[in-house]
Amino acid sequence: MAIKFGIVVFPGSNCDHDSHYVAETILGQEARLIWHKESSVGDVDVVILPGGFSYGDYLRCGALARFSPIMKDVVRFANNGGAVFGICNGFQVLVEAGLLPGVLLRNDSLKFICKYVHLRVEKAGTLFTSCCRKGEVLEIPIAHGDGNYFTDGETLRRLEDKDQIVFRYCDRSGTVTDESNPNGSISNIAGIINEQGNVMGMMPHPERASDPVLHHTDGRKVFDSIVESLVNHSQLV
Amino acid sequence: MYHSKILVTLRQSILDPQGKAVEHGVHSLGYDSVRNVRIGKFVELNVDAASREEAEKITREVSEKLLANPVMEDFSITVEEKK
Repeated sequence: MAIKFGIVVFPGSNCDHDSHYVAETILGQEARLIWHKESSVGDVDVVILPGGFSYGDYLRCGALARFSPIMKDVVRFANNGGAVFGICNGFQVLVEAGLLPGVLLRNDSLKFICKYVHLRVEKAGTLFTSCCRKGEVLEIPIAHGDGNYFTDGETLRRLEDKDQIVFRYCDRSGTVTDESNPNGSISNIAGIINEQGNVMGMMPHPERASDPVLHHTDGRKVFDSIVESLVNHSQLV
Repeated sequence: MYHSKILVTLRQSILDPQGKAVEHGVHSLGYDSVRNVRIGKFVELNVDAASREEAEKITREVSEKLLANPVMEDFSITVEEKK
């Protein structure tokens, strides 16, 4: 049975086809691009909000995409337990839509950063990390100007208490240090999951590290996890 | 018709690297006395409302729901009748 990926296309999305390619060609699953003006995500198993610059990043990154017609149904889908995965700009849309806590500020260096970084898997066994080990180090690229995750102290404590921090920026050996934090994110946070465990957002781009031709395939673990989790889940139902 | 002006500012607890960079520029110009540069946003809009109270209410709602993100920003509004 193939898992159906639905990838939302906002005006200004530019990693939508990369995600589609990974889902369909690399993973051999079904994938469909969903135009943001559509009113329903249809019968997909997982929704991806891809990277890019939706609405030109006007006002705040993700602030306007949140009001695209499709987002009503994405919120409904998420609230019903559907798997939703926001990558980069998709993460920014998820926090603006209130599906994940916090906000993504301008990088502390003020520079747009495009490079490979190391991530430590803080939480394995989620719908998005079932193929990862806790403490495992993944090498995945980032490409953003506004990836500086911030939240107030109380929310940060809650994220830590409920074990919702999935990825942290770290060095090659897996040690979380200030030097390995590319953008100033609080507590080196690179990706978080909601309390229910069905909505995840991350700034790094796993879809850019999934094809062997690029010599980096660590990102594939995230996509493999989604497929494995959803296949197992559908067999349980 | 009413004319609203909305000032969106970063909360004091939020670091403002943009403001810091501008402050550096100001100091390079020789104005060493300038401190605490913070960058915000200014939005103006017209509201077709029956009263000032209604125009204020609409402006406030739009600011809360879209123009400012309460996690990192505060806002203040002024509403004037447009002649």
